[in-house]
Amino acid sequence: MRGKPVWSIGLIAMLMVGAGVAKAQVTVTAPASAAPADDGNWVMPAKNYASTRYSELDQINSQNVSGLRVEFTFSTGLVRGHEAAPLVADGTMYIVTPFPNYVFALDLTKPGAPVKWKYEPKPVSAAQGVACCDFVNRGAALADGRLFFNTLDNRTIALDAASGAELWKTSLGDINKGETMTMAPLVVKGKVLVGNSGGEFGVRGWLTALDAASGKIAWRAWHTGPDSDVLIGPDYQPFYDKEKGKDLGVATWPPNQWEIGGGTAWGWISYDPDVNLIYYGTANPGPWNPEQRPGDNKWTGGIFARNPDTGQARWFYQVVPHDLYDHDGINELILLDMPVGAPGDAPGNRQTRKVLVRPERNGYVYVIDRTSGEVLSADPFAYINSTAGVDLKTGDIHYVDAKQPVMGQVVRDICPTAPGAKDWNPSAFSPRTGLIYIPHMNVCMDWESQEANYIAGTPYVGANVRMFAGPGGNRGELSAWDPVKRAKAWSIKEDLPLWSGALATAGDVVFYGTMEGWFKAVDARSGAELWRFKAGSGIIGQPITYRGPDGRQYVAVLSGVGGWAGAVVAGDLDTRDPTAAKGFAGAVPDLKERTNKGGMLYVFALP
Amino acid sequence: MSSRCHDCVGVALALGLAVAMAALTASCEREERDTKAPPESQISVSSVALSPLQPGEASAPPGGSHRSIEENAFNLAQGKQLYTWFNCSGCHAHGGGDIGPALMDDQWLYGSEIENVYATIVQGRPNGMPSFRNRIPDQQVWQIAAYVRSMSGLTPATASPSRSDEMQNKPAEQSMPRQEPKDTHP
Repeated sequence: MRGKPVWSIGLIAMLMVGAGVAKAQVTVTAPASAAPADDGNWVMPAKNYASTRYSELDQINSQNVSGLRVEFTFSTGLVRGHEAAPLVADGTMYIVTPFPNYVFALDLTKPGAPVKWKYEPKPVSAAQGVACCDFVNRGAALADGRLFFNTLDNRTIALDAASGAELWKTSLGDINKGETMTMAPLVVKGKVLVGNSGGEFGVRGWLTALDAASGKIAWRAWHTGPDSDVLIGPDYQPFYDKEKGKDLGVATWPPNQWEIGGGTAWGWISYDPDVNLIYYGTANPGPWNPEQRPGDNKWTGGIFARNPDTGQARWFYQVVPHDLYDHDGINELILLDMPVGAPGDAPGNRQTRKVLVRPERNGYVYVIDRTSGEVLSADPFAYINSTAGVDLKTGDIHYVDAKQPVMGQVVRDICPTAPGAKDWNPSAFSPRTGLIYIPHMNVCMDWESQEANYIAGTPYVGANVRMFAGPGGNRGELSAWDPVKRAKAWSIKEDLPLWSGALATAGDVVFYGTMEGWFKAVDARSGAELWRFKAGSGIIGQPITYRGPDGRQYVAVLSGVGGWAGAVVAGDLDTRDPTAAKGFAGAVPDLKERTNKGGMLYVFALP
Repeated sequence: MSSRCHDCVGVALALGLAVAMAALTASCEREERDTKAPPESQISVSSVALSPLQPGEASAPPGGSHRSIEENAFNLAQGKQLYTWFNCSGCHAHGGGDIGPALMDDQWLYGSEIENVYATIVQGRPNGMPSFRNRIPDQQVWQIAAYVRSMSGLTPATASPSRSDEMQNKPAEQSMPRQEPKDTHP
């Protein structure tokens, strides 16, 4: 792992490039209502409600991207993990930082993009003590001239985007219960949707809708407990029998365990205006030690479809019932309309279905009918030995007995690891190639369950974990996934775990960053590397692109290593203990030699 | 030659016996269990200085008078168990750190003396360390504080834990090379 020449890292594995690449994919599209025509802005981290992270801008393309150069930079002055996507609207760029969650507005109409305003929410310092995996923030959301974001100490704040004036702030959680907020809100039909973090602290997860005008709570859906709390009522029509029954959020737990059962919502939300449903995932149950919570532990580790107006659940699919490995179900959900059929079906036999595509922590790409919650396919995109496939009839996942955690035993070589084959860092989809660009990992772990003691405001985990590189030794990978062929088109192996988001553009370029600090542009069709730039710190942020006030296309990304994967650098951890950072230290003992701390925005353009 | 050798053996035997006796005595003491908690009056956390900088004439650096606690293997073994039971390991892992800083290295944000560690546990610290005041019995706080110092090899090897009950992660505290404390405040 150590001392590899830099240029050998980006080995390109051309797996299945066929002659049909160009023509087969025109049939996969994002619904127009959720992915409207590109206006050159970037107002939500996922770009649009379909979460494609795809821009129609094509000034920068696979032919000329090699000429990309830095246009301006901006230091955030902070040294923790920068996971956020910068946002751009009408000549202003907005950045929300890790704790203490500064918001900067940069004036793109002026040379060097000077600061237009800065907002300091001043969250309580003690909140840092209950943030499981660095003090990150995944971004803000812009709607109707307002900027919405969350603070680590559980406040959702609305600012006037033009002036930075505070319009309202609403306190939603309690750090003394271990709650924090790190996700980027999503604004749907005048409601700001936000969820809590804290699955490693025995919190009780929820998603809350706030009135965008007033900040008042419109509804809150809990993810454990009785149906009335979960907002399960007459609208609820899950596809699978295993999701049906009264008060499963109580019945699938030992008595009262649901009250501290996790199921937070700190990841991504998508929205389909045509069927008026939001889609998002619930995180791991608590504690990690599964023997302390016999049962399916609903409604953790699954995907909810809800009516955004009322919060009422339409369907739920539990991806990982009775989760064994901290496999939060919070990853991105890409809304696509695409032909679906059995492998080998003639194209004419395939029906176009409204689906959502979820590259899951457990290593499978799930394709789910987003109107019904039926799993249409679940194919591995990474090395897996802890499960043996998904039964599409019942929706059940087959856990491998030999890899199940047992208290007092060290169960060795479980793949994928706790943060999964892929964690929160989002994929991108290009309608031009029909491919989903998945930034992910190849990391395995040893796991020893221990009895966890619940002490409010302290970790509630109950597992000793140490991680290491998976088969092949490359700890990261960018895979271009063909959802129709249900296979990889190509992939790029990366030495370090990939913890940045991906960006796809109509110029057929895919951007992503590495934890060493390389910001890369690769050919969307072949995976061939076209350009790279070395940032000052490892990149775990989400790249975006926009049209500047001068009509030129820009690409922006935050560098600043951290997050769970980069905690050894951001927190100055001692990697002689491989269980540091919940075991991630074991997988990245070389990271402190490969990069350093420091938050910096980089913006690139063609000369 | 031979007579000298006999002498040698005699001396060696006597020396060996003395060493063994000393070790026995020490190992008896190292296991001694003090069932009485140190009286509360022994330390007031307000007497613990967080900074080595003292305006005016320098006085003796505070702390260090409770070190006898960490010369006792029972205290350190208890501290090791309590460190997991009170979820210290949830934030500091097995010394490498996680949400909170590493405890097995030479950097001490709030002081390296056992009184500093005690005060940190009782008072909490503003950047996320919870205050365990009235949450953990006083004697157990001392045991945890002593164990924390053992993680970087600061406690006598004769008393430090020699093995772990959990998954082998790193050498046991007894085998940790002593990390000379640097009371830095970055």
